[in-house]
Amino acid sequence: MDAILLQILNGLDKGSAYAMIALGLTLIFGTLGVVNFAHGALFMLGAFCAVTINKLLTLQKIVLSDTEKTAWGTPLELRTPYAEAWFGDAGTWLIDWSVPVSIALALPFMFLVGLVMERGLIRHFYKRPHADQILVTFGLAIVLQEIIKAFFGANPIPQPAPDTLSGMADFGAAFGMEAGVIVYPLWRLVYFLFAAAVLGAVFCFLRFTTFGMVVRAGMADRETVGLLGINIDKRFTLMFGLAAVVAGLAGVMYTPILSPDYHLGMDFLVLSFVVVVVGGMGSLPGAVAAGFLLGILQSFASMNEVKQILPGIDQIIIYLVAVVILLTRPRGLLGRKGVMEA
Amino acid sequence: MNTKTSDTLLLIVFSIAVLAGPVILAPFGAGYPDLLQKFAIYGIFAIGFNILFGLTGYLSFGHAAFLGVGSYAAVWMFKLLSMNIIPAVIFSVIVAGLFSLVIGFISLRRSGIYFSILTLAFAQMCYNLAYSVLTPITNGETGLQITLSDPRILDAAAEGQAPASNLFGLDMISTWETSLAGMTLQFNMGFYVCALILILSFWISMRLFRSPFGMMLKAVKSNQNRMSYTGLDTKPYTLAAFVISGMFAGLAGGLLAAMDPLAGAERMQWTASGEVVLMTILGGAGTLLGPVLGAGLIKYFENIFSAINDSTLHGVFAFLPDGLNNAVSAVLGLFVGEGWHLTLGLIFMLIVTFLPGGLIEGAQRIGRLFTSRSKADPQSGEAQSRPAPAE
Repeated sequence: MDAILLQILNGLDKGSAYAMIALGLTLIFGTLGVVNFAHGALFMLGAFCAVTINKLLTLQKIVLSDTEKTAWGTPLELRTPYAEAWFGDAGTWLIDWSVPVSIALALPFMFLVGLVMERGLIRHFYKRPHADQILVTFGLAIVLQEIIKAFFGANPIPQPAPDTLSGMADFGAAFGMEAGVIVYPLWRLVYFLFAAAVLGAVFCFLRFTTFGMVVRAGMADRETVGLLGINIDKRFTLMFGLAAVVAGLAGVMYTPILSPDYHLGMDFLVLSFVVVVVGGMGSLPGAVAAGFLLGILQSFASMNEVKQILPGIDQIIIYLVAVVILLTRPRGLLGRKGVMEA
Repeated sequence: MNTKTSDTLLLIVFSIAVLAGPVILAPFGAGYPDLLQKFAIYGIFAIGFNILFGLTGYLSFGHAAFLGVGSYAAVWMFKLLSMNIIPAVIFSVIVAGLFSLVIGFISLRRSGIYFSILTLAFAQMCYNLAYSVLTPITNGETGLQITLSDPRILDAAAEGQAPASNLFGLDMISTWETSLAGMTLQFNMGFYVCALILILSFWISMRLFRSPFGMMLKAVKSNQNRMSYTGLDTKPYTLAAFVISGMFAGLAGGLLAAMDPLAGAERMQWTASGEVVLMTILGGAGTLLGPVLGAGLIKYFENIFSAINDSTLHGVFAFLPDGLNNAVSAVLGLFVGEGWHLTLGLIFMLIVTFLPGGLIEGAQRIGRLFTSRSKADPQSGEAQSRPAPAE
């Protein structure tokens, strides 16, 4: 029982990331009808927002000490980050909390990236076949990740979680179980809560605002909404921006869990696509549900007990599930009837 | 000229161009065996991919898996049987064919984007398994290599170092050098083996394009629903195309191993599948010559661009004032050397956006520009109403 609970918890953080990326993917597909292979790159861009903020905050001012000497007799170099030198304690706090603080950069930046991408490139591909859309966004993904590689190098750059959130949470004890049985990194819990908040916000936005209602109407029948005199294209462009923001936020907060490098996006993209397909192309709840489901399945498959019976299952479980789903229920778990069933 | 004569002509010109490759490409700095072999091998790979994508329109994102499987199969033949490349290549084609039969049988139940994702999923499975559980077969991250202690039951025991691959005693790595007009020409055994197979592949693909089977595949591409409504089951045709293109990929993988007997899982990564898609699109999907052209160009630029480093750039722009020189070199430095993939991605986007038919289409457009200008007389109507050639 404990082991099962632990595996579910372990699956949650990956599942959250899958769910957030897949939500954006299926939002784009549902509104604009575009298959976006560059969505993983957006996740990676978000992660590198956090890296950038951290680098900026930890830029160091070097002062030669008047009194202290090093062992070689030269004056000791005192290194203090500018943030600390200028803001004192607030600066220290900023550096410690650099990952959550990066959200402030990621929000406008990713929104802008999304808008530019849609207006500059994707717009020209609405009438083209899906194959062309896949290819051009694949090219874009390569370009984006190579630009990141040129600026940040090829090695993973570890990002620390804030001190207070980087410990372990004794999860079992909180629920009255034996202490020390279910111990879980605190930041992963934070990530899950964050993802739940973001996903909830997106759903509320689509459900309870007029804007969201129009978008949902446009997803169901774009032409009719257009005929009613609503500029649906503009709203869909904004939805693309929103999808980019969701992917970017997922990336920002994921950095303490997995040190970002330039091909982070590609690794997640393939899996997120599989998630979308399993959930049902164009179905938002399906994407989220499938994201968590596959994340948890993956963590179960990497248990030693399971691996002994089926070696290597942890490497392929997600793809295997996708194959089975596609062959038995082509529209996905929660997909609408008739949408992309071919 | 009817199709048959023009095809024969094309084949002859193609063969001459390929066989004279070491001479033609030497002035471009591409006349060395390693690169020439790559041209031919990736040409074969792209020809095979084109049979699936160009004819049926099914976009597979997992073809690199067949290439990788073919490489592993070939290296195992080298290890177990003989360093002769014949059994290795044949075995790699067979194994890749079996893999593509299974994967194709399942993937082809879906079309469009689902097909792409299914093939991608299978390729990723192969890649992940090759890295983890199948390590006894694939040797994991190190890659599969031949060693001195391999059984090689058909060969005499080798001494000293691990033997080189050969074709009935002709070493693949043996090269005959001569010089012409100040250039060193290198005629490499391995390249000529690859070149002959490339010509053979080209011929096969040409026959396929012209055959009723090829027509059927083109019909699938233009409207599969209509094909089904006429009461025809398209699946055997598409599956056959998938298996044929998988076997071509296996052949390319086997040849890669034959030229340099090692195999690694990175050949199966999905970016490698993306590369062959790019080659085919760049040259022109659905055309005979396009894929070979695309493969050659990409491999050529990959080699040239990634060899350029900062100091070469500074040398080239030495005529500029220092500050400008540094600036230009810094900007261009992003696109060459390590940053070659950036250039690749940009080319990819530009081609898909502006020239979806690839270079062949571009050449045709330019050609049309000239013919229509020169024939601005009453007879031009006839020239336009003539149906466009298949390529």
